[in-house]
Amino acid sequence: MATAAKFELTDDSVVVIIGTGAGGGVLANELAQKGVKVVALEAGGRYLPEDYINDEWESFGQLAWTDPRTTSGDWRVARDFSGLPAWIVKAVGGTTTHWAGASIRFQEHEWKALTTYGAVEGANLLDWPIDHAEMAPWYEKAEAKLGVTRTGNFPGLPGNNNYKVFEAGAKAVGYSRVSTGHMAINSVDNDERPACQQTGFCFQGCKWGAKWSAAYTDIPKGEATGNLEVRDHAHVARILHNDEGRVTGVEYFDKDGNLQFQAARIVAVAGNTFESPRLLLNSASSMFPDGLANSSGQVGRNYMRHTTGSVYGIFEKPVRMWRGTTMAGIIQDEAHHDPSRGFVGGYELETLSLGIPFMAAFLDPGSWGREFTSALDQYENMAGMWIVGEDMPQETNRVTLSDTVDKFGLKVANVHFSDHPNDVAMRNHAYERGQAIYRAMGATRTLPTPPYPSTHNLGTNRMSERAEDGVVNKWGQTHDIANLFVSDGSQFTTGAAENPTLTIVALAIRQADHIAREMSAGNL
Amino acid sequence: MQELRKQGLTRRALLSRAVAAGALAVTGAGFIAAPNGAWAVEVRNVTEQQMATLLQMARDIYPHDRIGDRFYAVAIKGYDSPEQAQMVAAGIEALDAAAREAGFDSYLGAGWEADRVAILRSIEESDFFQTVRGGLVTGLYNQKDVWPIFGYEGESFSQGGYMYRGFDDIDWL
Repeated sequence: MATAAKFELTDDSVVVIIGTGAGGGVLANELAQKGVKVVALEAGGRYLPEDYINDEWESFGQLAWTDPRTTSGDWRVARDFSGLPAWIVKAVGGTTTHWAGASIRFQEHEWKALTTYGAVEGANLLDWPIDHAEMAPWYEKAEAKLGVTRTGNFPGLPGNNNYKVFEAGAKAVGYSRVSTGHMAINSVDNDERPACQQTGFCFQGCKWGAKWSAAYTDIPKGEATGNLEVRDHAHVARILHNDEGRVTGVEYFDKDGNLQFQAARIVAVAGNTFESPRLLLNSASSMFPDGLANSSGQVGRNYMRHTTGSVYGIFEKPVRMWRGTTMAGIIQDEAHHDPSRGFVGGYELETLSLGIPFMAAFLDPGSWGREFTSALDQYENMAGMWIVGEDMPQETNRVTLSDTVDKFGLKVANVHFSDHPNDVAMRNHAYERGQAIYRAMGATRTLPTPPYPSTHNLGTNRMSERAEDGVVNKWGQTHDIANLFVSDGSQFTTGAAENPTLTIVALAIRQADHIAREMSAGNL
Repeated sequence: MQELRKQGLTRRALLSRAVAAGALAVTGAGFIAAPNGAWAVEVRNVTEQQMATLLQMARDIYPHDRIGDRFYAVAIKGYDSPEQAQMVAAGIEALDAAAREAGFDSYLGAGWEADRVAILRSIEESDFFQTVRGGLVTGLYNQKDVWPIFGYEGESFSQGGYMYRGFDDIDWL
């Protein structure tokens, strides 16, 4: 990008965005398109489709966030993957390189979880300060940006083998809302990117660029405006503020490990749900002893990860589930709210497959012996699906600062999570339904598989109407500091049943509009 | 299989020097080898008996009857190092002690998989067992040469994906 901008460290007219994924990457481009000067700081490196690797562990080594984190709570991840609470990406474009592409809107009632479900004991439910009608136009813009199938003029994707088993099973048990879904994967050539070639390895970065990722769409488009500078390998340590309590810029370690200070007019935090609260907490000062934007005490709290789990079925004949789109279809018949099932909220079922290396690691972590290996022996005859359901926000599920430090000497995030009884009831229901779907197609064995390290990480800087209930207002602006924003999934008040990326993108487009307008009006 | 040294040994020479240890030959000559001489693993820092025990342990932890010993041997070869020797010696000593408690001469002396698995269950909380098991998850299953045994096809981009190679070819629904 010959025109990519270069801004001075002392330039206090820039908006500094921390993180370049679905939230930060989109916000950066949207602001740049409006003529706002942006410096985006990305902890990871820059990788493009030609760099991605069709190999699970090699790709993991290339893209995953493997800096230290610690865990606690009774979730199995804390035992099986104690240093890896999340499977997310450290790279320009963030986890949009890894995501599967499922792009579905929240259901109307999910914006108002407290009102719809009522108070749930042990849950810290709250209504979002925005609603379905307000978000509709932003969802439209997000769908157009991402080229979501079955929106606009984009046709659906064809179903692969894994989907065909899933669809037939769904119909056999009486479900009707099953399709190849709404995917941010090109079903036709679009946006100078080709249509899906059914390669698999969606989680490892799409080598065709058929799946939308900020890494090769919004980031280069933003850079082409001349208003966006992306600094990779820039690890932010602290956000600084002045005596008036306004943020003035950020300290970060550059690619050579040197501490730099970048001045800023506005700072937007978009480091995903662990790093964003970690940064606010690590930025504690004498004026803000509990961390920035934390007068409510809610920074880091209400961590949500979706009620997940997988179901694999083994059949008499081959399925070869790994061929083609990883998340190839969705069943939405259980997505609604129906407390007669024994839980509030709903869940989606989506196809999923893992290669042999990751199947061995994630099918039943820690398990060994023939019960385990006889399942793997049938890998070729397996079909797989993933559960994505709304989990309950709990104040005690939270990100705090650990005693462990990273290579820069900064305290790392400790992630504490325990299931709420509603989460357990929902997961068990989904396990039963998932197994019924495969049994209806003649499965000889079904495997209700525990949740993997989280890819949907939400809620640790939640949005609230009132300052005492959360961290940010309806624009993602912190209640406490006018020129400090949060732009990632940590804003989520509640998690809904849907994969979060489309909503993160829609919120980022909307936030860019708000920030640019407020800057023009002289309010920021 | 570059980690394995092909031995120019005759079957007779191997067998004549072998101490019986399950399906393996422990030759006492600085390596363990398949009885038919098809492959061998050199040992420098652990004993032949210890390496043979590790190999049987690997098979019993993740038994796949269609996966040959040579793949398991690759997965455990790394324990033959100065850094690991003490851990291996102590771990196998404890494993053999557990076997004796169960009425066998040693872990390798238990002829049935079920007996050996029961012995392993009795030590499965130990660091030694968990280290060996955890190492196998990548050491065994991330070998590209074992993938075809499971039917897994690996990398597909260079072949144009599966758009024209059977992404939707299921024929039994």
